[in-house]
Amino acid sequence: MQPENQSISTLSQDSLDRAAAGENTEQFITFTLGEEEYGIDIMVVREIKGWTDTTMIPNAPAHVRGVINLRGVIVPIFDLRARFGVGLTVPTSMHVVIIVAAGTRTVGLLVDTVSDIISVDPKAIRPIPEMGLPTEDQYLAGLVAIENRMVTLVSLAGLFGKPADTTRRVANADSPAPKAA
Amino acid sequence: MTTQNEGYPLEQFRKTYFEECAELLDALQANLDSLSNGSGDDDTLHAIFRSVHSIKGGAGAFGFDGLVAFSHVFESLLDAMREDKIPATPDVTQLLLRASDALGDIVNAARADRALPADFASDIRSAMQEVLLGASDEADATPIQNETVAAAVDVSGEQRYRIQFTPHSEMLQKANEPLLLVKQLRKLGGLTIEADVSKLPVLNALEPEAAYIGWTFVLETGAPQSAVHEVFEFVEDDCDLKIEMLGNSAGESAEPPPSAAPGATAAIATPANEPAATPAPTPTQSIRVDVDKVDRLVNLVGELVITQAMLTEQGTLLPVDQYPAMLHGIEALAQSARELQESVMAIRAQPVKSVFARMPRVVRDLAATLHKEVRIVTAGEMTEIDKTVIEQLNDPLTHMIRNALDHGIEGPDERAAAGKPRQGTIHLSAAQRSGRIVIEVSDDGRGLNREKVLAKAQDRGLVAPGASLTDEEIDNLIFLPAFSTADVVSNISGRGVGMDVVKRNVQALGGRISVQSRFGHGSKFTLSLPLTLAVVDGMVVSVGKETFILPLTAIIESLRPQPNDIHPVVGRGDVLALRGEYLPLTYLHRCFAIDTLVTDPCQGIVIIVQRDGAGTIGIVVDELLGQQQVVVKSLEANYDAVDGISGATILGNGRVALILDVTHLREIDDGSGGNLKPQRPAQPIEVQEDMTHAA
Repeated sequence: MQPENQSISTLSQDSLDRAAAGENTEQFITFTLGEEEYGIDIMVVREIKGWTDTTMIPNAPAHVRGVINLRGVIVPIFDLRARFGVGLTVPTSMHVVIIVAAGTRTVGLLVDTVSDIISVDPKAIRPIPEMGLPTEDQYLAGLVAIENRMVTLVSLAGLFGKPADTTRRVANADSPAPKAA
Repeated sequence: MTTQNEGYPLEQFRKTYFEECAELLDALQANLDSLSNGSGDDDTLHAIFRSVHSIKGGAGAFGFDGLVAFSHVFESLLDAMREDKIPATPDVTQLLLRASDALGDIVNAARADRALPADFASDIRSAMQEVLLGASDEADATPIQNETVAAAVDVSGEQRYRIQFTPHSEMLQKANEPLLLVKQLRKLGGLTIEADVSKLPVLNALEPEAAYIGWTFVLETGAPQSAVHEVFEFVEDDCDLKIEMLGNSAGESAEPPPSAAPGATAAIATPANEPAATPAPTPTQSIRVDVDKVDRLVNLVGELVITQAMLTEQGTLLPVDQYPAMLHGIEALAQSARELQESVMAIRAQPVKSVFARMPRVVRDLAATLHKEVRIVTAGEMTEIDKTVIEQLNDPLTHMIRNALDHGIEGPDERAAAGKPRQGTIHLSAAQRSGRIVIEVSDDGRGLNREKVLAKAQDRGLVAPGASLTDEEIDNLIFLPAFSTADVVSNISGRGVGMDVVKRNVQALGGRISVQSRFGHGSKFTLSLPLTLAVVDGMVVSVGKETFILPLTAIIESLRPQPNDIHPVVGRGDVLALRGEYLPLTYLHRCFAIDTLVTDPCQGIVIIVQRDGAGTIGIVVDELLGQQQVVVKSLEANYDAVDGISGATILGNGRVALILDVTHLREIDDGSGGNLKPQRPAQPIEVQEDMTHAA
């Protein structure tokens, strides 16, 4: 398990303070993919690091960019641009990987840059308008306007929270517990 | 306990108690097994008694009343058996086994803070009480007068001992019962008892749970001193004890020995003509270590091995004549790292006994449910394997045993009709063979009915109609998913969860499973597992720009074939002619869609591997990079299972390399899987598009 120290080095203490000051608000770390700005719940972010070369996973979907060694743990890196269906990222050393805790798993999200920490009043979050794309709703949690920019909030549970296909898992034998006499 | 700080040690004690309980229960189970199969002796019964007694003792200290009550009856019954008042008939032994099972349940409930129903195991308890009542009245605890009981021993070589026994005031709180000691002494011979009540306080100062009374016994016995000593072995630390020899009944007293220090063990004077009393055997020096600490050590050593591999790699770039000391150091480091790793792994190794010991119960419970008569015989339970494997072993093993009981062993009448003993036998054994552990579960039941198996497989479309399969292939069909030969879907191992689950479990451990069977005579399931899940010896291979690890255990040989050894077979890809055999070739770059310039096996390397239950194949790779011991890391922890990949590791350069699972390698463009259709779904997390990753 990863320690809880969040090394958010690219963020100023100032914006952290401002974020912490807001009561009854939720904090999000925002990142960009091209011109778009997205937000992810700060509570799930474990660390932010630069892009490093990955080891491919055979026959994986295009958005799975492979795995890296994160201090002895094998962590998969997902290309969010590809995941959102807007093309593959061509990563450079300037690209950023956000390491997040998705349920019990630790995964990395490949994004262009990390931009800010925002405090959002939950009441200000607008639902995603119907786009006629059912898959859209799974990982987009809402829209929020910040100083005349629009930030799309991403739901990790929507991205990764689907119950794992049990046929893939090593299932326990269906041995009933020993009955009390 | 008022503050948290004070609560902590109690929690520690509690934890230690339950750890000990687990050990005691294991020992209890093992000794009961030898008692029931007749290989036990007097000591076995004593050991059984001690286990229950110790569990009861701790339970009293922590106030687990239900546990105390149950173990008290259990203990009384065992005590009566030790006194030969109750013979160890099969019925009684069975009762003891059931009681031991229930005791385990009660301990587990106490550990988990679970409340059990009030009548839990009450049937077993009353059965034990009945047996006790059926025994002589002496089992009742009646106050003992000062009396001399005629000894049942030969009077000729009698010795007289004076035993001064003064319990420490907390002795009773540790669930020790002086009356039991008195009874044991009386068994040894004539006994005169004198009570010392001088320490009794006035009534309103009397602590009801404290011990105030001491006793002086004079014992005339033909038993050796060690037997006298043994009576007190449980209370030694909780009393002042002095055992003096007064010479034989006719002679004078021997010289009084120096009195024992308070709380110390008894001092025994040994006359010259007798061998010294054998001291209690000293247990192996051992310490308890938190598993987490060991795991951390294993991980650290793993990192060390990775770093060492990196240094070794870099060392090859150095000119030998300029850096002899450096290269020598790297070599020495490699040696030490490997030894260190082996030592650390040895710390984590445990005998499979801890898993095997649970199986008799599985058999008993299930045999009762199915109305079958079955016994289980275990062998090789001291075989040691890594904790990681032990933890994963329970499920497949339980399942195999259940399967043998459910599908293998017939009912007693059917067995008798077939001229077999009414009682079926399951053999469970473990042994180490060439760096793996081999576990066999065999039964003398009805065996596999090949016709039925084949028909069913064809029914379900698992086998192409008209395909000709060898006997071995037919037998191994039972490992296919959703395959169950039970005519009736029972709640035991039906419901479509069968041997395929076992096989998956085992393969997830890097193991293999196969079955041999003779119809009417039984089946034998053979399970072969790596000794550890943490480290494998691997062959490092490259395909294009990618690097993979092939477990050495699967590799038979590797070679660069000649062009005339390769033959295309229509619809089946290529085969390699090797010493008169034709091996199918699997191109790794095709399995994993990797760009490489080496598409001709004659330019690359063919590695011949043994696949579980699927024969040998040749895997085509670009080149071999060398052998290396690698630390296995889970890919599934953060991602998912991947077809053809069993795990991952970290190479010397810090990069991840994937470890191949040769059994599940499939070429993507390979439409036909032969007679057996592949049955493994393959889908990583949230698949919507079926795009292959462009490397």
